[in-house]
Amino acid sequence: MSQLPILSIVIWLPALVGVLLIVAVRSRQTARWLALLTSLVTFGVSLQLYAGFDTSTAAMQFVEHRSWIPGLNINYALGIDGIALPLILLTTFISVLVFISGWSVIQSRVQQYLGAFLILQGFMSGVFAALDGVLFYVFFEGMLVPMFLIIGIWGGPNRVYATLKFFLYTFFGSVFTLIALVYLYFSSGTWVIAEWYVMPLSLTEQTWIFLAFLVAFAVKVPMWPVHTWLPDAHVEAPTGGSVVLAAVMLKVGGYGFLRFSLPITPDASSELAWLVIGLSLVAVVYIGFVALAQDDLKKLIAYSSIAHMGFVTLGTFAIYMIARQNSGMQGAVLGLEGAMVQMISHGLISGALFLCVGVLYDRMHSRMISDYGGVVNTMPWFAALLVLFAMANAGLPGTSGFVGEFMVIMASFRANVWYAVLAATTLVLGAAYTLWMVKRVVFGDVGNERVATLTDINGREALVLGSLAVGVVLLGVWPDPLVEVMHASVDQLLNQATQSKLAVTIVQGG
Amino acid sequence: MFGLDELVPVMPEILILTMACVVLLLDLFMSERRRGLVHAVSVATLLAAIVLTLGPRGSGDAVILNGTFIRDLMGDVLKVFIYLYTIGVFFYAKNYLRQRGLFKGEFYVLCLFGVLGMAIMVSAWNLVTLYLGLELLALCSYALVAMDRDSGTAAEAAMKYFVLGALASGMLLYGMSMIYGATGTLSIQEIGQAVLTMGGDDLVLAFGLTFIVVGVAFKFGAVPFHMWVPDVYEGSPTAVTVFIATAPKIAVFGMAMRLLVDGLGGLQDHWQSMLIVLAVLSLVLGNVAAIAQSNIKRMLAYSTISHVGFILLGIIAGTPEGYAASMFYTITYASMSLGAFGVIILLSRVGFEADRLSDFRGLNRRSPWFAGVMMMLMASLAGIPPFLGFFSKLFVLQVTVNAGLVWLAVVAVIAAVVGAFYYLRVIWLMYFEDAEDTSPLEASLDLRAVLSLNGVAQVVMSVFAGSLFGLCLAAMT
Repeated sequence: MSQLPILSIVIWLPALVGVLLIVAVRSRQTARWLALLTSLVTFGVSLQLYAGFDTSTAAMQFVEHRSWIPGLNINYALGIDGIALPLILLTTFISVLVFISGWSVIQSRVQQYLGAFLILQGFMSGVFAALDGVLFYVFFEGMLVPMFLIIGIWGGPNRVYATLKFFLYTFFGSVFTLIALVYLYFSSGTWVIAEWYVMPLSLTEQTWIFLAFLVAFAVKVPMWPVHTWLPDAHVEAPTGGSVVLAAVMLKVGGYGFLRFSLPITPDASSELAWLVIGLSLVAVVYIGFVALAQDDLKKLIAYSSIAHMGFVTLGTFAIYMIARQNSGMQGAVLGLEGAMVQMISHGLISGALFLCVGVLYDRMHSRMISDYGGVVNTMPWFAALLVLFAMANAGLPGTSGFVGEFMVIMASFRANVWYAVLAATTLVLGAAYTLWMVKRVVFGDVGNERVATLTDINGREALVLGSLAVGVVLLGVWPDPLVEVMHASVDQLLNQATQSKLAVTIVQGG
Repeated sequence: MFGLDELVPVMPEILILTMACVVLLLDLFMSERRRGLVHAVSVATLLAAIVLTLGPRGSGDAVILNGTFIRDLMGDVLKVFIYLYTIGVFFYAKNYLRQRGLFKGEFYVLCLFGVLGMAIMVSAWNLVTLYLGLELLALCSYALVAMDRDSGTAAEAAMKYFVLGALASGMLLYGMSMIYGATGTLSIQEIGQAVLTMGGDDLVLAFGLTFIVVGVAFKFGAVPFHMWVPDVYEGSPTAVTVFIATAPKIAVFGMAMRLLVDGLGGLQDHWQSMLIVLAVLSLVLGNVAAIAQSNIKRMLAYSTISHVGFILLGIIAGTPEGYAASMFYTITYASMSLGAFGVIILLSRVGFEADRLSDFRGLNRRSPWFAGVMMMLMASLAGIPPFLGFFSKLFVLQVTVNAGLVWLAVVAVIAAVVGAFYYLRVIWLMYFEDAEDTSPLEASLDLRAVLSLNGVAQVVMSVFAGSLFGLCLAAMT
């Protein structure tokens, strides 16, 4: 294991450079280069995590540990396993693209924009790497302030409403998590998350803690019916904000379920799995229909995000239904790994789609589908890429979108045939709303004279979209490197998630 | 009888008393232009007091002056922060007062005497000493509020403050006399022992406790004894508001500890339930009423009320950890309050008070740095990590849950979410709106420097929250 505190570098290098940009850098061009360089270096350093990662163990790796607030046993503890690693890589990768794509688009208060994104990037990595409850919460909440400013300052006309809604929804959700964390500390005497996995908890306690977590993570994912902040936030956010929001911040909710809800409150998760699965299916089916009715490109992708994130929660909680069938846990592994693959894949695809909308918006300053038509005639390269991402969004085999959805559908098939049937409607609905959108925007005759004057993507945009396209296809045809990394951790998580804590309580109580 | 060596622990207070008199005399011989010297001497006095307080403590606690005064770690820590924040107040106030023709020696003299009163409050070991400290502070505050003689609102605020403050002092004194009647002693230590043997069923004692709780709640500004807070905060010159809103909170916390814990600790069950009512009301009303304000000084006043609710939560827990959490909360909250009023002073000019929320519009365009400072202060007040205020809330919530009061913790966090809205509104006005007034800020270098330090501390101190909390814990055990 390396001596360098790699995780700390991945978190604090961008955060500190971000502060520096805001405070000290006067020239815009310097700021842009510095931000890009920082994100590239951070991405390079995070690749070291991948290179040095031992896939044979589920233990935390690259662990750092320092006492922070000794009076309350709070530690600065970092470490990653196979679940956190892909998400950190996704964060550092997407961040690089955000800086390239926003290069000349953002013209006002450039240093603050870049600084906010760098700080946000550091905190997002921190969420996935934190092993201490308080540290996790600090990063989890700390993300809100930069995002609040990003949407509020550089957003669209209705940005104040959208960003306040975003902030208050998330803040409201997460304060209950804080109480739950404090309660766990009170019962166990430690803030170490891994210790909470083995502490005994009665079903009542578990249920309350589970619900507290559910509020926070359901808002973050977001799950129906607390999803309404997302379309607003996406529509008003600048392109970079939408990309980070969809690609990374939503994953924090899914990650929270995997890191907190399942292993800490396994019995309550099992008891209430029906609730989460039900909400997920509503998201998949109902939100799919809602997406169909959108005439705003960003709204459409936002609703599509909600539907796709429904797969993550579905796969995560389907394991309890599978466990009840006593027919082997193979399907459960599929569910969890499917959820993880879906998170990474959705990160790439939704990020790409928002970037595509950004490309169009920069040229036409409109997000309305009806303002476009026949874009392929003037922007052939762009059209090709958009069609690829749209196909991936619809779950076409050979793209990453297929892998995750297929795994989750397989898992839900083992859980209950009807779950699978409902979940599979997304293949129809997803194809319908995505491809119909593509048809209206890209194909057909040139819609109006403004479309006729469009210019195709430049090198910078091609670089960003191209690298995402490579990721989407690569993950679609060869998902092994990703699945292999998470395998040991998912197995362990599955054990923890299905190991009842109640028996332990009775032994101790009796 | 006491020897001269007994005076060593009380050196900082003696110094402040002496220097307050010196400043009073010095001011007579100073022309308007050279009054900067008064400022410098006052700041130097408080710095010297800090140094003396931090100096060698000898072995453990010292009870001196016939058992009327105690020097212990809690008192020392609280006093250091009282001195420190008052230095901040002096820096913030200087130019504000000068621009309004209020730059007089009286401000410094009254503040120094007020600081002396606060120091006595947190170190009192006898009910009469405590009351003397409290009244010294209160009288100085009344006079400070009324310092701008030509201002109608200031006069009104001073009148309200005086009447309600005198009422509160009366309540407190009445309670003290009952305690004296029941226990036959004024010494806080002896009261503590007597209460333990008498138990909570003694009617006179219970009455005394009630009046004391009312008095403390008045001074804290806890609901339903909060009426004076918004009016006084709004009506006073901002330079005085910043004084009233910071250090006295720490002193009142010290007083509450001396009275309720050191003295009436045996009645914990009784005051706990009273404080729970006060805390819940303060949290709810403070946060809800703050939303409706358009004047930022009034908004911050209601915000103070809600923060008092949090401070009470830690005391309610009734454990050394709980008291430490409260102490941490009080100290950190005072620093945020100091900074927030500092920014208001920074924005105000001759004939312009910058006390409307709309005056903060577009601050990010006028001065990105100070918009950032204000953002950090607001986020810290809202309790958003990684800012200091989050840790204050975390510690208090932790002890509340520890005490088995999960429902109270839930009430507190919901109130905090409601509260987040009006802090965010300030951030939104600064960052998302365009400025009506685009003139650059005119403020002296020292004000800028101290204010920057104040803001940056909200982030930097969260790294060192462990040390400060450890200190608070040590002070309580």
